[in-house]
Formats: sequence, C-alpha cells, structure tokens
Amino acid sequence: MSFAEARFGGAVLLTVAGRVDLTNADAFKDALTAALETATSAVVVDMSGVDYISSAGLRSLMIALRAAKAAGKGLGVAALTPLVLEIFTISRFNLVLSLFPGVRGALEALSPDGLGQFDAS
Amino acid sequence: MKIIFWGTRGSLPAPLNGSAVRRKLVNALVKAAGLDLDTTEKAEAFCDESLGFADWSTFGGNTSCVQVDTGGPDYLLCDLGSGAREFSLAALARHGPAAPQTYHVLISHVHWDHIMGFPFFVPAFIPGNRIRIYSCHPKFETAIRAQNHEPCFPVEFRALAAGIEFIPLEPGVPHDIAGAKVTGMAQLHGGESFGYRIEQGGKTAVYTTDAEYKPDDIGQMDRTVAFFKGADLVIFDSMYSLAESISVKEDWGHSSNIMGVELCQMAGAKQLCLFHHEPVNDDDRIAGILAETLRFEEITRSGEPLAILAAYDGLALEL
Repeated sequence: MSFAEARFGGAVLLTVAGRVDLTNADAFKDALTAALETATSAVVVDMSGVDYISSAGLRSLMIALRAAKAAGKGLGVAALTPLVLEIFTISRFNLVLSLFPGVRGALEALSPDGLGQFDAS
Repeated sequence: MKIIFWGTRGSLPAPLNGSAVRRKLVNALVKAAGLDLDTTEKAEAFCDESLGFADWSTFGGNTSCVQVDTGGPDYLLCDLGSGAREFSLAALARHGPAAPQTYHVLISHVHWDHIMGFPFFVPAFIPGNRIRIYSCHPKFETAIRAQNHEPCFPVEFRALAAGIEFIPLEPGVPHDIAGAKVTGMAQLHGGESFGYRIEQGGKTAVYTTDAEYKPDDIGQMDRTVAFFKGADLVIFDSMYSLAESISVKEDWGHSSNIMGVELCQMAGAKQLCLFHHEPVNDDDRIAGILAETLRFEEITRSGEPLAILAAYDGLALEL
C-alpha cells in the first residue's frame, strides 16, 4: 500500500494505492488522521488505485469518519474500482460513508474552494 | 459428525406471521401462472426447480439451539434457546418417556435467548433422564436455576424430576464431553460469552455465537484464527452488517458475514454457517445476505473455496 497527499484549498486529497488489509490498516488510519489534521474543510480519499480493502481497512475509514465529524470536517471516498465498490456495498459501508464516482465530484461537494486548484493542477 | 439446527435466530424468537406466509403464497402463485401444476408431484418439482428457498420455506424463528450428533448414545447440544423445546419434543417422540437418556449441553452464555428454552425442555420433567449442563460462564448455574422460579415461571427448579448437573469448564482446556473433545474460548460480548470447538472422529465444528470481533485487533484475530483453524464447520454470529458492527452497533457484542468470511479464510476452515440471524430480517433479507456473502467469498478468495450457507431451523449437516 502506498500514499500520496496533495492539498487543494482547505481539502487534502489522500491518494491510496494497493491492498489495504490487517497488515497495513494502522498505517492507513495514521495517514487518514494526518490528512484530517492538515485539512481545514475536508479529506477526499482517492481509492482508484486500491484493488482490495479488508474489514480492518474499512474500520480505519470508520475511525476517520468519527474524527472528521467531531472536528466538523468532511470525509469523502472517491473513485472506487468496481470490485472495491462491491465490498463497500456488501459490508454496507456505502450507507455510512460519502462515496463519489470521482475526485472532482468529491471536492465539489465537500470543499468547493479547492476545486479551482484541482482543475488547474 | 452431524449438526442439526433447532434454533438459529438471535435475541428473541421471530415466528413467521400470516402476512409473510401470504406474501410467499402470492409470489409462488404468480411465478406458477400458466403452468400445469395439478398434482402434488408437479407442485413439489416446481418448488424445487423454480423457487428459491425463501420462496417456499423459512429460515425459522427459534433462538439458538444446535445439536451435535457424535454418533454415540448421548445427546450433545449447544445452547438452550427456544429451539431446545423443538429438539426435546423430537427426542421424546423418538425414545418415548420410559427410556431415560443423557443430554449434554454446552452453554455459550446466559443471555435470555440462549437459555429461554430450558423451562420447556421436556426431558427435565421426566425421572431417569440425566441433563449435564456445561459452561465456561461463571453464572450459568445461577441463571438457569433462576429461570424456573416464581413469578416468571410456575415450575420451580427443585420440582424438575430429571437428574440435572452443572459442570463448570475452564477456557482453553480440552474436556471430554459426550465422546467429543470440547474446548472453550472467551469471546467479546457484554456479560461474557464463550465459543466451543468440538472435535470428534476427525471432524471439527466450532460454535461461536454472540461474539464481536475488532477487525484491527491483531491479537484477537490471531486467537480466533487459531480457534477456528482447519475447522470443517464454523457456526458464526453474523447478526449485523460489518458497517453496523463497527459503527452504530459497535460494542453490542455481535459480528458480521464479512468477518466470518475473513476469519474462516485466514483459518483455512472449510465451511461457514451464518447464524444468530437478526430477528428483524425476513427470509428474503437473509437469503440476500447469503447471496452477498457468497459473492464476497468469491471476490476475496486466494486459496481453497470456502463453502457458505445460512443456518435455518431444521437444517441437518453431515461433516
């Protein structure tokens, strides 16, 4: 699993790639926590490069969601592959997390101030 | 080893009601429109070939009671939910009241849905029967005795005619019960709960209900995987969705279909049985969860396939 972080206005875009499972769920949680601390409005997680996420990875997202709500910030998950979207649906995480087809739509909904910078990037 | 499910619901009994029966009937009639079903045989074949399980049957509504048939003369049960009454009537019909039997019972914990069948457990009223109740739970004897007591039940425990014994078990220590090796394990559940690994004749069944698993707790995952290791069957508490179990229903003490698949895959178990069904879920909903669980196993499989089924009252499995 690998991460890349970019800032667009008040939002942080956290791009994740690889497999998220029990072996690296803590690192995923730490990356989400760090992104939430940096962001002033929202964190958008780009999961287009994630080919699998286990229950441990989903729990990391749940913990991040709680932290985001407590801080009054947004958390969006974007660009799920069809297989990972199936995992979100079967586990019902599609009902508790804000999912977006793409990063741009997530930014537009959660942190419009970053959209211009994103479009220009 | 044969496993027979007498009660598969969680929390409280959930009998099928009239409107649900009518819905099944209407759906079946619509699907049968235009077909020539003028004999019982044709209608039976239509049910088997053209309808799904939830269309013509039900997962049932009794609470936890599972029989483990080890091939010996004694009976072995897991829990005494309302399904225990059905079991006891079947045992009585088989042997008659004049042929004393020995019943061994493993109690996971003492929440009401797991012991509520005992006041209606017919063998307890018949002299000559032996009922040996085992548990790792520290309060199992107190709780079971307390059920048979005024004002909640008119028959006092002391009035029961069978010979009833309470045998405490130590978690992690194998015990010889009804010819099987039985080992208990502490589980995460309010008020304590214990799973049991039952080994006999080269086959292993794990009965693990009322257990919550924290997906990122590596220690708990490792202990559970060791407990499930190589099991032929894991009877698993899948009451909630994963999202529910780690959000609004976190610390409610139950697990999900997703955790069941992941743990069984890690443990190299052969078969997962979804159990302790949420009482608000109707038959279509449970059938849908089973279909989704099969798909989840398919897309996450890295080794041998894991067989998956959903328990229903009356299901018998030969391991």
